[in-house]
Amino acid sequence: MRRYSAFAIAREAARHHQGWEKAWRSPAPKDRYDVIVIGAGGHGLATAYYLGKNHGIRNLAVIEKGWLGGGNTGRNTTIIRSNYLQDPSAAIFEKSRSLYETLSQDLNYNIMFSPRGVLMLAQTEHEVRGWQRTAQANRLQGVETQFIGPEKVKELVPIIRLEGPRYPVLGALWQARGGTARHDAVAWGYARACSDMGHDIIQQCEVTGIRSENGQVTGVETTKGSIGCGKLAIVVAGHSGVLAEMAGFRLPIESAPLQALVSEPIKPVIDVVVMANTVHGYLSQSDKGELVIGGGTDGYNGYTQRGSFQHVEETVRALIETFPIISRLRMLRQWGGIVDMTGDRSPIISTTPLGNCFVNCGWGTGGFKAIPGSGWAMADLVAKGTPGPLAAEFGLNRFREGRFIDESVAAGVAH
Amino acid sequence: MLLLRCPNCGIEAEETELTPGGEAHLKREGPGSDEVSFESYLFTRQNPRGVHFERWRHAQGCGKWFHAARDTVTMEVLGTYSAQVTEPPAEIRAEIERRRG
Ligand SMILES: Cc1cc2nc3c(=O)[nH]c(=O)nc-3n(C[C@H](O)[C@H](O)[C@H](O)COP(=O)(O)OP(=O)(O)OC[C@H]3O[C@@H](n4cnc5c(N)ncnc54)[C@H](O)[C@@H]3O)c2cc1C
Ligand SMILES: [Zn+2]
Repeated sequence: MRRYSAFAIAREAARHHQGWEKAWRSPAPKDRYDVIVIGAGGHGLATAYYLGKNHGIRNLAVIEKGWLGGGNTGRNTTIIRSNYLQDPSAAIFEKSRSLYETLSQDLNYNIMFSPRGVLMLAQTEHEVRGWQRTAQANRLQGVETQFIGPEKVKELVPIIRLEGPRYPVLGALWQARGGTARHDAVAWGYARACSDMGHDIIQQCEVTGIRSENGQVTGVETTKGSIGCGKLAIVVAGHSGVLAEMAGFRLPIESAPLQALVSEPIKPVIDVVVMANTVHGYLSQSDKGELVIGGGTDGYNGYTQRGSFQHVEETVRALIETFPIISRLRMLRQWGGIVDMTGDRSPIISTTPLGNCFVNCGWGTGGFKAIPGSGWAMADLVAKGTPGPLAAEFGLNRFREGRFIDESVAAGVAH
Repeated sequence: MLLLRCPNCGIEAEETELTPGGEAHLKREGPGSDEVSFESYLFTRQNPRGVHFERWRHAQGCGKWFHAARDTVTMEVLGTYSAQVTEPPAEIRAEIERRRG
Protein backbone atom coordinates (compact mmCIF):
# COMPACT_ATOMS: atom_id res chain seq x y z
CA MET A 1 0.00 0.00 0.00
CA ARG A 2 1.32 3.44 -0.92
CA ARG A 3 1.07 5.73 2.04
CA TYR A 4 -0.97 8.92 1.91
CA SER A 5 1.05 12.02 2.78
CA ALA A 6 1.54 15.66 1.85
CA PHE A 7 4.38 14.48 -0.38
CA ALA A 8 2.08 12.00 -2.14
CA ILE A 9 -0.42 14.78 -2.87
CA ALA A 10 2.31 16.96 -4.35
CA ARG A 11 3.65 14.05 -6.42
CA GLU A 12 0.20 13.18 -7.76
CA ALA A 13 -0.65 16.82 -8.44
CA ALA A 14 2.43 16.98 -10.62
CA ARG A 15 1.31 13.97 -12.67
CA HIS A 16 -2.42 14.63 -13.03
CA HIS A 17 -3.41 12.24 -10.25
CA GLN A 18 -2.71 9.19 -12.40
CA GLY A 19 -0.78 7.33 -9.74
CA TRP A 20 -3.34 6.79 -6.96
CA GLU A 21 -3.96 3.13 -6.37
CA LYS A 22 -7.29 1.56 -5.35
CA ALA A 23 -7.84 1.82 -1.62
CA TRP A 24 -8.67 -1.88 -1.30
CA ARG A 25 -8.65 -5.03 -3.39
CA SER A 26 -11.91 -6.73 -4.43
CA PRO A 27 -10.94 -10.40 -4.53
CA ALA A 28 -13.09 -13.44 -5.25
CA PRO A 29 -13.71 -15.52 -2.12
CA LYS A 30 -11.32 -18.38 -1.34
CA ASP A 31 -12.66 -21.81 -0.34
CA ARG A 32 -11.80 -21.37 3.30
CA TYR A 33 -10.62 -18.80 5.82
CA ASP A 34 -9.42 -19.09 9.41
CA VAL A 35 -11.85 -16.34 10.36
CA ILE A 36 -14.90 -14.96 8.56
CA VAL A 37 -16.44 -11.71 9.71
CA ILE A 38 -20.00 -11.14 8.44
CA GLY A 39 -20.78 -7.45 7.93
CA ALA A 40 -18.43 -4.77 6.60
CA GLY A 41 -19.75 -1.99 8.78
CA GLY A 42 -17.39 -0.16 11.11
CA HIS A 43 -17.59 -2.84 13.79
CA GLY A 44 -16.93 -5.74 11.40
CA LEU A 45 -14.02 -3.97 9.72
CA ALA A 46 -12.51 -2.85 13.02
CA THR A 47 -12.81 -6.43 14.31
CA ALA A 48 -10.93 -7.66 11.23
CA TYR A 49 -8.31 -4.94 11.56
CA TYR A 50 -7.48 -5.64 15.21
CA LEU A 51 -7.56 -9.42 14.59
CA GLY A 52 -4.72 -8.76 12.17
CA LYS A 53 -2.93 -6.04 14.06
CA ASN A 54 -3.21 -7.28 17.65
CA HIS A 55 -3.48 -11.05 17.11
CA GLY A 56 -1.57 -11.70 13.90
CA ILE A 57 -4.48 -13.32 12.06
CA ARG A 58 -3.90 -13.19 8.32
CA ASN A 59 -6.28 -15.61 6.62
CA LEU A 60 -9.48 -13.63 7.08
CA ALA A 61 -12.46 -12.47 5.01
CA VAL A 62 -15.07 -9.81 5.69
CA ILE A 63 -18.28 -10.62 3.85
CA GLU A 64 -20.74 -7.85 3.06
CA LYS A 65 -24.11 -8.15 1.34
CA GLY A 66 -24.13 -4.56 0.05
CA TRP A 67 -21.23 -2.16 -0.09
CA LEU A 68 -18.84 -1.61 2.81
CA GLY A 69 -19.99 1.10 5.21
CA GLY A 70 -23.46 1.16 3.60
CA GLY A 71 -25.31 0.12 6.77
CA ASN A 72 -25.65 2.18 9.92
CA THR A 73 -21.98 3.11 9.77
CA GLY A 74 -22.66 5.30 6.74
CA ARG A 75 -26.01 6.54 8.03
CA ASN A 76 -25.33 7.89 11.48
CA THR A 77 -24.87 11.39 12.85
CA THR A 78 -21.29 10.61 13.94
CA ILE A 79 -21.43 11.72 17.55
CA ILE A 80 -18.51 10.45 19.63
CA ARG A 81 -18.61 10.63 23.42
CA SER A 82 -17.93 8.39 26.39
CA ASN A 83 -20.05 9.92 29.17
CA TYR A 84 -22.05 6.80 29.99
CA LEU A 85 -23.21 5.85 33.47
CA GLN A 86 -22.13 2.28 34.17
CA ASP A 87 -18.48 1.26 34.59
CA PRO A 88 -18.34 -1.40 31.85
CA SER A 89 -19.78 1.11 29.36
CA ALA A 90 -17.41 3.87 30.41
CA ALA A 91 -14.49 1.47 29.96
CA ILE A 92 -15.28 0.42 26.40
CA PHE A 93 -16.57 3.79 25.18
CA GLU A 94 -13.59 5.63 26.65
CA LYS A 95 -11.19 3.11 25.11
CA SER A 96 -12.94 3.77 21.84
CA ARG A 97 -12.85 7.53 22.15
CA SER A 98 -9.17 7.48 22.95
CA LEU A 99 -8.44 5.19 19.96
CA TYR A 100 -10.31 7.69 17.78
CA GLU A 101 -7.84 10.40 18.81
CA THR A 102 -4.99 8.70 16.95
CA LEU A 103 -6.95 6.64 14.43
CA SER A 104 -6.04 8.82 11.44
CA GLN A 105 -2.33 8.26 12.12
CA ASP A 106 -2.82 4.58 12.92
CA LEU A 107 -4.72 3.89 9.68
CA ASN A 108 -2.86 6.48 7.59
CA TYR A 109 -6.33 7.70 6.59
CA ASN A 110 -7.86 11.00 7.55
CA ILE A 111 -11.02 10.11 9.47
CA MET A 112 -11.53 13.80 10.29
CA PHE A 113 -11.88 13.26 14.02
CA SER A 114 -13.05 16.57 15.41
CA PRO A 115 -13.09 16.71 19.21
CA ARG A 116 -15.26 19.81 19.24
CA GLY A 117 -17.09 18.95 22.45
CA VAL A 118 -20.49 17.40 23.14
CA LEU A 119 -23.27 18.97 25.20
CA MET A 120 -26.16 16.93 26.53
CA LEU A 121 -28.84 19.37 27.55
CA ALA A 122 -30.79 19.06 30.77
CA GLN A 123 -34.31 20.31 30.01
CA THR A 124 -36.18 18.89 32.99
CA GLU A 125 -35.34 18.73 36.70
CA HIS A 126 -35.09 15.00 36.29
CA GLU A 127 -32.43 15.38 33.65
CA VAL A 128 -30.50 17.86 35.79
CA ARG A 129 -30.25 15.24 38.52
CA GLY A 130 -29.49 12.52 35.99
CA TRP A 131 -26.60 14.39 34.37
CA GLN A 132 -25.18 15.46 37.71
CA ARG A 133 -25.13 11.82 38.69
CA THR A 134 -23.44 10.89 35.42
CA ALA A 135 -20.83 13.61 35.91
CA GLN A 136 -20.00 12.13 39.34
CA ALA A 137 -19.88 8.60 37.93
CA ASN A 138 -17.61 9.77 35.12
CA ARG A 139 -15.27 11.37 37.63
CA LEU A 140 -14.88 8.02 39.38
CA GLN A 141 -14.34 6.29 36.04
CA GLY A 142 -11.66 8.76 34.99
CA VAL A 143 -13.78 10.13 32.14
CA GLU A 144 -13.54 13.89 31.97
CA THR A 145 -17.01 15.48 32.00
CA GLN A 146 -18.62 18.39 33.77
CA PHE A 147 -22.12 19.57 34.64
CA ILE A 148 -22.44 23.19 33.53
CA GLY A 149 -25.11 25.84 34.06
CA PRO A 150 -27.24 27.62 31.44
CA GLU A 151 -24.91 30.64 31.12
CA LYS A 152 -22.02 28.42 30.11
CA VAL A 153 -24.31 26.62 27.67
CA LYS A 154 -25.21 29.94 26.05
CA GLU A 155 -21.53 30.85 25.82
CA LEU A 156 -20.76 27.58 24.01
CA VAL A 157 -23.86 27.73 21.79
CA PRO A 158 -24.83 31.33 21.05
CA ILE A 159 -27.78 30.27 18.82
CA ILE A 160 -29.53 28.42 21.65
CA ARG A 161 -32.68 29.77 23.29
CA LEU A 162 -32.53 28.99 26.99
CA GLU A 163 -36.05 30.02 27.94
CA GLY A 164 -38.05 27.24 26.41
CA PRO A 165 -41.06 27.78 26.69
CA ARG A 166 -41.85 24.07 26.96
CA TYR A 167 -38.38 22.84 27.82
CA PRO A 168 -36.07 25.54 29.19
CA VAL A 169 -32.36 24.71 29.23
CA LEU A 170 -31.45 24.14 32.88
CA GLY A 171 -27.85 23.07 32.33
CA ALA A 172 -25.90 20.43 30.45
CA LEU A 173 -23.41 17.60 30.70
CA TRP A 174 -20.31 18.78 28.84
CA GLN A 175 -17.64 16.47 27.47
CA ALA A 176 -15.00 18.66 25.88
CA ARG A 177 -13.15 15.69 24.37
CA GLY A 178 -16.22 14.32 22.58
CA GLY A 179 -17.00 15.30 19.02
CA THR A 180 -17.51 13.87 15.56
CA ALA A 181 -15.62 12.06 12.80
CA ARG A 182 -16.32 11.35 9.16
CA HIS A 183 -18.29 8.10 9.20
CA ASP A 184 -17.47 6.90 5.66
CA ALA A 185 -13.80 7.58 6.27
CA VAL A 186 -13.83 5.36 9.35
CA ALA A 187 -15.16 2.44 7.27
CA TRP A 188 -12.89 3.23 4.31
CA GLY A 189 -9.80 3.70 6.48
CA TYR A 190 -10.27 0.36 8.24
CA ALA A 191 -11.08 -1.34 4.92
CA ARG A 192 -7.91 -0.03 3.31
CA ALA A 193 -5.78 -1.10 6.26
CA CYS A 194 -7.45 -4.54 6.33
CA SER A 195 -6.90 -5.06 2.63
CA ASP A 196 -3.28 -4.03 3.03
CA MET A 197 -2.81 -6.71 5.71
CA GLY A 198 -4.10 -9.31 3.27
CA HIS A 199 -7.66 -9.60 4.54
CA ASP A 200 -10.21 -10.18 1.76
CA ILE A 201 -13.18 -7.83 1.76
CA ILE A 202 -15.92 -9.42 -0.30
CA GLN A 203 -18.73 -7.05 -1.14
CA GLN A 204 -22.06 -7.76 -2.86
CA CYS A 205 -22.06 -11.16 -1.20
CA GLU A 206 -24.93 -12.02 1.12
CA VAL A 207 -24.63 -14.72 3.74
CA THR A 208 -27.71 -16.92 3.36
CA GLY A 209 -26.89 -19.80 5.69
CA ILE A 210 -24.50 -20.92 8.41
CA ARG A 211 -23.05 -24.44 8.36
CA SER A 212 -22.09 -26.37 11.45
CA GLU A 213 -21.02 -29.85 12.54
CA ASN A 214 -21.25 -31.24 16.08
CA GLY A 215 -22.15 -27.86 17.50
CA GLN A 216 -19.15 -26.12 15.85
CA VAL A 217 -19.40 -23.65 13.01
CA THR A 218 -17.78 -24.85 9.79
CA GLY A 219 -18.68 -22.24 7.21
CA VAL A 220 -21.23 -20.04 5.53
CA GLU A 221 -23.45 -20.24 2.47
CA THR A 222 -23.39 -17.09 0.41
CA THR A 223 -24.67 -15.72 -2.87
CA LYS A 224 -21.11 -16.35 -4.15
CA GLY A 225 -21.04 -19.98 -3.03
CA SER A 226 -20.14 -21.73 0.19
CA ILE A 227 -17.04 -20.70 2.12
CA GLY A 228 -15.48 -22.64 4.98
CA CYS A 229 -14.20 -21.08 8.17
CA GLY A 230 -12.59 -21.95 11.48
CA LYS A 231 -14.24 -19.10 13.38
CA LEU A 232 -17.17 -16.88 12.58
CA ALA A 233 -17.92 -13.35 13.80
CA ILE A 234 -21.45 -12.05 13.18
CA VAL A 235 -21.34 -8.25 13.16
CA VAL A 236 -24.46 -7.15 11.30
CA ALA A 237 -26.27 -4.66 13.59
CA GLY A 238 -29.96 -4.55 12.58
CA HIS A 239 -29.77 -7.93 10.85
CA SER A 240 -28.38 -9.80 13.87
CA GLY A 241 -31.68 -11.58 14.47
CA VAL A 242 -31.71 -12.87 10.90
CA LEU A 243 -28.16 -14.25 11.14
CA ALA A 244 -28.79 -15.71 14.61
CA GLU A 245 -31.77 -17.58 13.17
CA MET A 246 -29.42 -19.08 10.54
CA ALA A 247 -27.00 -20.10 13.29
CA GLY A 248 -29.81 -21.68 15.28
CA PHE A 249 -30.24 -19.35 18.23
CA ARG A 250 -32.22 -16.25 19.15
CA LEU A 251 -31.11 -12.90 20.51
CA PRO A 252 -32.58 -10.39 22.94
CA ILE A 253 -32.66 -7.87 20.10
CA GLU A 254 -35.34 -5.97 18.23
CA SER A 255 -34.70 -4.02 15.04
CA ALA A 256 -36.26 -0.68 14.18
CA PRO A 257 -35.48 2.26 11.91
CA LEU A 258 -33.75 5.33 13.34
CA GLN A 259 -33.74 8.49 11.23
CA ALA A 260 -31.52 11.44 10.50
CA LEU A 261 -31.74 14.43 8.20
CA VAL A 262 -29.56 17.27 6.97
CA SER A 263 -30.39 20.86 6.09
CA GLU A 264 -29.15 22.94 3.21
CA PRO A 265 -25.63 24.25 3.91
CA ILE A 266 -25.27 27.53 5.78
CA LYS A 267 -22.38 29.51 7.25
CA PRO A 268 -20.92 28.20 10.51
CA VAL A 269 -23.42 28.70 13.35
CA ILE A 270 -22.56 25.99 15.83
CA ASP A 271 -19.14 24.47 16.60
CA VAL A 272 -20.10 21.87 19.21
CA VAL A 273 -22.51 18.92 19.19
CA VAL A 274 -25.78 19.47 21.07
CA MET A 275 -27.99 16.60 22.18
CA ALA A 276 -31.46 17.24 23.56
CA ASN A 277 -32.62 13.88 24.82
CA THR A 278 -35.92 14.96 26.36
CA VAL A 279 -37.20 16.12 22.99
CA HIS A 280 -35.37 13.47 20.91
CA GLY A 281 -33.27 15.79 18.82
CA TYR A 282 -29.60 16.42 18.30
CA LEU A 283 -27.67 18.78 16.13
CA SER A 284 -24.21 19.49 14.80
CA GLN A 285 -22.85 21.26 11.73
CA SER A 286 -20.84 19.44 9.11
CA ASP A 287 -17.76 20.87 7.42
CA LYS A 288 -19.92 21.45 4.35
CA GLY A 289 -22.21 23.65 6.46
CA GLU A 290 -25.22 21.34 6.61
CA LEU A 291 -26.93 20.97 9.95
CA VAL A 292 -26.89 17.28 10.77
CA ILE A 293 -30.00 16.36 12.74
CA GLY A 294 -30.78 13.07 14.41
CA GLY A 295 -34.25 12.00 15.36
CA GLY A 296 -36.16 9.24 17.10
CA THR A 297 -36.52 5.50 16.63
CA ASP A 298 -39.78 3.93 15.47
CA GLY A 299 -41.59 2.28 18.35
CA TYR A 300 -42.21 -0.95 16.43
CA ASN A 301 -40.04 -3.47 14.59
CA GLY A 302 -39.02 -2.61 11.07
CA TYR A 303 -36.41 -3.33 8.42
CA THR A 304 -37.06 -0.37 6.11
CA GLN A 305 -34.28 2.18 6.00
CA ARG A 306 -36.84 5.00 6.15
CA GLY A 307 -38.71 5.41 9.42
CA SER A 308 -42.02 7.08 10.22
CA PHE A 309 -42.70 10.62 9.15
CA GLN A 310 -44.02 11.85 12.47
CA HIS A 311 -40.59 11.35 14.07
CA VAL A 312 -39.05 13.88 11.71
CA GLU A 313 -41.83 16.28 12.55
CA GLU A 314 -41.41 15.79 16.31
CA THR A 315 -37.64 16.27 16.13
CA VAL A 316 -37.76 19.36 13.99
CA ARG A 317 -40.55 20.90 16.06
CA ALA A 318 -38.55 20.43 19.24
CA LEU A 319 -35.30 21.72 17.74
CA ILE A 320 -36.97 24.86 16.42
CA GLU A 321 -38.04 25.67 19.95
CA THR A 322 -34.45 25.37 21.19
CA PHE A 323 -32.77 26.83 18.07
CA PRO A 324 -35.26 29.36 16.62
CA ILE A 325 -32.85 30.46 13.88
CA ILE A 326 -33.18 27.15 12.07
CA SER A 327 -36.91 27.55 11.55
CA ARG A 328 -36.67 28.68 7.94
CA LEU A 329 -34.00 26.23 6.82
CA ARG A 330 -34.92 23.75 4.12
CA MET A 331 -34.07 20.13 4.69
CA LEU A 332 -32.07 18.41 1.95
CA ARG A 333 -32.18 14.72 2.72
CA GLN A 334 -33.69 12.27 5.18
CA TRP A 335 -32.79 8.60 5.65
CA GLY A 336 -32.94 5.77 8.16
CA GLY A 337 -30.79 2.93 9.42
CA ILE A 338 -31.92 -0.26 11.13
CA VAL A 339 -30.78 -0.19 14.72
CA ASP A 340 -30.45 -3.25 16.93
CA MET A 341 -31.96 -2.55 20.35
CA THR A 342 -31.36 -4.61 23.50
CA GLY A 343 -33.45 -4.49 26.66
CA ASP A 344 -30.80 -2.67 28.71
CA ARG A 345 -29.62 -0.50 25.78
CA SER A 346 -26.12 -1.98 26.07
CA PRO A 347 -24.30 -3.97 23.39
CA ILE A 348 -23.59 -7.69 23.16
CA ILE A 349 -20.03 -8.92 22.55
CA SER A 350 -20.30 -12.60 23.20
CA THR A 351 -19.75 -16.25 22.57
CA THR A 352 -22.92 -17.97 21.33
CA PRO A 353 -24.58 -21.39 21.71
CA LEU A 354 -22.79 -22.38 18.47
CA GLY A 355 -19.10 -23.25 18.97
CA ASN A 356 -16.51 -20.84 17.47
CA CYS A 357 -19.30 -18.48 16.47
CA PHE A 358 -19.23 -15.04 18.09
CA VAL A 359 -21.61 -12.13 17.96
CA ASN A 360 -21.15 -8.38 18.26
CA CYS A 361 -24.40 -6.41 18.12
CA GLY A 362 -26.89 -4.40 20.12
CA TRP A 363 -25.10 -1.08 19.64
CA GLY A 364 -28.48 0.28 18.71
CA THR A 365 -28.61 4.01 18.28
CA GLY A 366 -25.11 4.70 19.57
CA GLY A 367 -22.41 2.46 18.15
CA PHE A 368 -20.50 4.73 15.80
CA LYS A 369 -18.54 6.14 18.72
CA ALA A 370 -17.74 2.58 19.77
CA ILE A 371 -16.27 1.27 16.52
CA PRO A 372 -12.55 1.18 17.47
CA GLY A 373 -13.14 -0.04 21.04
CA SER A 374 -15.69 -2.62 19.99
CA GLY A 375 -13.44 -3.95 17.23
CA TRP A 376 -10.59 -4.16 19.73
CA ALA A 377 -12.67 -6.10 22.27
CA MET A 378 -14.29 -8.34 19.64
CA ALA A 379 -10.92 -9.22 18.08
CA ASP A 380 -9.71 -10.25 21.52
CA LEU A 381 -12.78 -12.46 21.99
CA VAL A 382 -12.55 -14.09 18.56
CA ALA A 383 -8.81 -14.69 18.82
CA LYS A 384 -8.85 -16.18 22.32
CA GLY A 385 -12.33 -17.68 22.46
CA THR A 386 -13.04 -16.02 25.80
CA PRO A 387 -13.79 -12.35 26.41
CA GLY A 388 -11.13 -9.99 27.70
CA PRO A 389 -11.79 -7.31 30.32
CA LEU A 390 -13.50 -4.87 27.94
CA ALA A 391 -16.06 -7.41 26.71
CA ALA A 392 -16.50 -9.56 29.81
CA GLU A 393 -19.62 -7.81 31.10
CA PHE A 394 -21.30 -7.66 27.68
CA GLY A 395 -22.01 -11.39 27.32
CA LEU A 396 -25.35 -12.80 26.23
CA ASN A 397 -25.73 -14.57 29.57
CA ARG A 398 -26.31 -11.28 31.37
CA PHE A 399 -29.96 -11.35 30.36
CA ARG A 400 -30.46 -14.76 31.91
CA GLU A 401 -28.51 -13.85 35.03
CA GLY A 402 -30.07 -10.44 35.52
CA ARG A 403 -26.73 -8.57 35.29
CA PHE A 404 -27.99 -5.75 33.12
CA ILE A 405 -25.84 -2.81 32.16
CA ASP A 406 -28.62 -0.30 32.28
CA GLU A 407 -27.88 2.59 29.96
CA SER A 408 -31.46 3.49 29.18
CA VAL A 409 -30.78 7.00 30.44
CA ALA A 410 -27.48 7.50 28.61
CA ALA A 411 -28.45 5.58 25.49
CA GLY A 412 -32.23 5.20 25.45
CA VAL A 413 -32.44 8.18 23.21
CA ALA A 414 -30.73 8.13 19.86
CA HIS A 415 -27.23 9.49 19.45
CA MET B 1 -47.75 6.45 8.34
CA LEU B 2 -49.20 3.04 9.21
CA LEU B 3 -52.97 2.61 9.17
CA LEU B 4 -54.38 -0.16 11.37
CA ARG B 5 -58.06 -1.01 11.74
CA CYS B 6 -58.88 -1.33 15.42
CA PRO B 7 -61.02 -4.47 15.71
CA ASN B 8 -62.56 -3.16 18.93
CA CYS B 9 -64.11 0.05 17.68
CA GLY B 10 -63.77 -0.49 13.92
CA ILE B 11 -61.83 2.71 13.31
CA GLU B 12 -59.06 2.91 10.71
CA ALA B 13 -56.49 4.41 13.08
CA GLU B 14 -53.34 6.28 12.12
CA GLU B 15 -50.06 5.25 13.69
CA THR B 16 -49.97 8.37 15.87
CA GLU B 17 -53.25 7.29 17.47
CA LEU B 18 -51.76 3.97 18.49
CA THR B 19 -49.12 2.72 20.90
CA PRO B 20 -47.03 -0.27 19.79
CA GLY B 21 -46.83 -3.12 22.31
CA GLY B 22 -44.19 -5.45 20.85
CA GLU B 23 -44.19 -9.12 19.87
CA ALA B 24 -47.50 -10.93 20.34
CA HIS B 25 -48.35 -14.37 21.70
CA LEU B 26 -45.46 -14.61 24.13
CA LYS B 27 -45.91 -17.38 26.62
CA ARG B 28 -46.13 -15.80 30.02
CA GLU B 29 -43.75 -17.23 32.61
CA GLY B 30 -44.18 -16.82 36.33
CA PRO B 31 -42.68 -18.01 39.61
CA GLY B 32 -41.37 -21.55 39.35
CA SER B 33 -40.39 -21.32 35.70
CA ASP B 34 -36.75 -21.99 34.87
CA GLU B 35 -34.31 -19.23 34.00
CA VAL B 36 -34.18 -20.03 30.31
CA SER B 37 -37.93 -19.73 29.81
CA PHE B 38 -38.07 -16.61 31.94
CA GLU B 39 -35.27 -15.05 29.92
CA SER B 40 -36.98 -15.86 26.66
CA TYR B 41 -40.30 -14.50 27.90
CA LEU B 42 -38.70 -11.23 28.98
CA PHE B 43 -36.01 -10.61 26.37
CA THR B 44 -35.58 -13.08 23.52
CA ARG B 45 -37.53 -12.01 20.45
CA GLN B 46 -38.21 -13.41 16.99
CA ASN B 47 -37.51 -10.04 15.39
CA PRO B 48 -38.35 -11.44 11.94
CA ARG B 49 -37.54 -9.89 8.62
CA GLY B 50 -41.04 -10.50 7.30
CA VAL B 51 -44.37 -11.22 8.98
CA HIS B 52 -44.50 -10.05 12.59
CA PHE B 53 -47.40 -10.72 14.94
CA GLU B 54 -47.59 -7.84 17.35
CA ARG B 55 -49.66 -6.05 19.95
CA TRP B 56 -51.03 -2.56 19.61
CA ARG B 57 -53.14 -0.34 21.83
CA HIS B 58 -55.64 2.13 20.45
CA ALA B 59 -54.32 4.61 23.01
CA GLN B 60 -55.80 7.83 21.62
CA GLY B 61 -59.07 6.12 20.68
CA CYS B 62 -61.06 3.45 22.46
CA GLY B 63 -58.04 2.61 24.64
CA LYS B 64 -58.21 -1.12 23.98
CA TRP B 65 -55.52 -3.60 22.97
CA PHE B 66 -55.58 -5.64 19.78
CA HIS B 67 -53.27 -7.74 17.60
CA ALA B 68 -51.87 -7.08 14.15
CA ALA B 69 -49.96 -9.04 11.53
CA ARG B 70 -47.55 -6.79 9.66
CA ASP B 71 -44.64 -7.27 7.30
CA THR B 72 -41.55 -5.57 8.75
CA VAL B 73 -39.92 -5.21 5.32
CA THR B 74 -42.78 -4.00 3.13
CA MET B 75 -44.76 -2.42 6.02
CA GLU B 76 -47.91 -4.12 4.66
CA VAL B 77 -50.55 -4.64 7.30
CA LEU B 78 -51.79 -8.18 6.77
CA GLY B 79 -54.72 -7.92 9.16
CA THR B 80 -55.72 -7.02 12.71
CA TYR B 81 -57.50 -9.26 15.18
CA SER B 82 -58.76 -9.57 18.73
CA ALA B 83 -56.44 -9.33 21.73
CA GLN B 84 -58.29 -12.27 23.31
CA VAL B 85 -56.48 -15.02 21.38
CA THR B 86 -53.19 -16.81 22.00
CA GLU B 87 -52.29 -17.38 18.37
CA PRO B 88 -53.08 -15.81 14.99
CA PRO B 89 -56.56 -16.91 13.84
CA ALA B 90 -57.04 -19.05 10.73
CA GLU B 91 -58.36 -16.21 8.57
CA ILE B 92 -55.24 -14.11 9.25
CA ARG B 93 -53.01 -17.03 8.36
CA ALA B 94 -55.02 -17.60 5.20
CA GLU B 95 -54.69 -13.92 4.27
CA ILE B 96 -50.92 -14.11 4.74
CA GLU B 97 -50.77 -17.23 2.56
CA ARG B 98 -52.90 -15.58 -0.11
CA ARG B 99 -50.77 -12.44 -0.26
CA ARG B 100 -47.51 -14.37 -0.30
CA GLY B 101 -48.90 -16.33 -3.25
C1 LIG C 1 -29.76 7.65 11.92
C2 LIG C 1 -28.73 7.09 12.84
C3 LIG C 1 -27.99 7.95 13.65
C4 LIG C 1 -27.01 7.44 14.50
N1 LIG C 1 -26.25 8.33 15.20
C5 LIG C 1 -25.21 7.87 15.93
C6 LIG C 1 -24.34 8.80 16.56
O1 LIG C 1 -24.49 10.02 16.44
N2 LIG C 1 -23.31 8.31 17.32
C7 LIG C 1 -23.12 6.97 17.46
O2 LIG C 1 -22.20 6.60 18.18
N3 LIG C 1 -23.91 6.07 16.85
C8 LIG C 1 -24.96 6.49 16.08
N4 LIG C 1 -25.76 5.58 15.43
C9 LIG C 1 -25.54 4.14 15.63
C10 LIG C 1 -24.43 3.62 14.74
O3 LIG C 1 -24.63 4.04 13.41
C11 LIG C 1 -24.38 2.09 14.78
O4 LIG C 1 -24.41 1.61 16.10
C12 LIG C 1 -23.11 1.56 14.12
O5 LIG C 1 -22.84 2.21 12.91
C13 LIG C 1 -23.24 0.07 13.89
O6 LIG C 1 -22.16 -0.37 13.11
P1 LIG C 1 -22.10 -1.85 12.63
O7 LIG C 1 -20.83 -2.02 11.93
O8 LIG C 1 -22.41 -2.74 13.77
O9 LIG C 1 -23.37 -1.98 11.66
P2 LIG C 1 -23.58 -1.57 10.14
O10 LIG C 1 -22.78 -0.41 9.75
O11 LIG C 1 -25.05 -1.53 9.92
O12 LIG C 1 -22.95 -2.81 9.37
C14 LIG C 1 -23.56 -4.09 9.33
C15 LIG C 1 -23.33 -4.62 7.94
O13 LIG C 1 -23.77 -5.97 7.88
C16 LIG C 1 -24.26 -6.20 6.58
N5 LIG C 1 -25.11 -7.40 6.55
C17 LIG C 1 -26.34 -7.56 7.09
N6 LIG C 1 -26.81 -8.79 6.81
C18 LIG C 1 -25.85 -9.42 6.08
C19 LIG C 1 -25.75 -10.71 5.48
N7 LIG C 1 -26.74 -11.60 5.56
N8 LIG C 1 -24.61 -11.03 4.79
C20 LIG C 1 -23.61 -10.13 4.67
N9 LIG C 1 -23.65 -8.89 5.22
C21 LIG C 1 -24.76 -8.54 5.91
C22 LIG C 1 -25.02 -4.92 6.26
O14 LIG C 1 -25.19 -4.76 4.87
C23 LIG C 1 -24.13 -3.86 6.88
O15 LIG C 1 -23.24 -3.25 5.97
C24 LIG C 1 -26.78 6.04 14.59
C25 LIG C 1 -27.53 5.18 13.78
C26 LIG C 1 -28.48 5.68 12.91
C27 LIG C 1 -29.25 4.73 12.05
ZN1 LIG D 1 -60.31 1.25 18.98
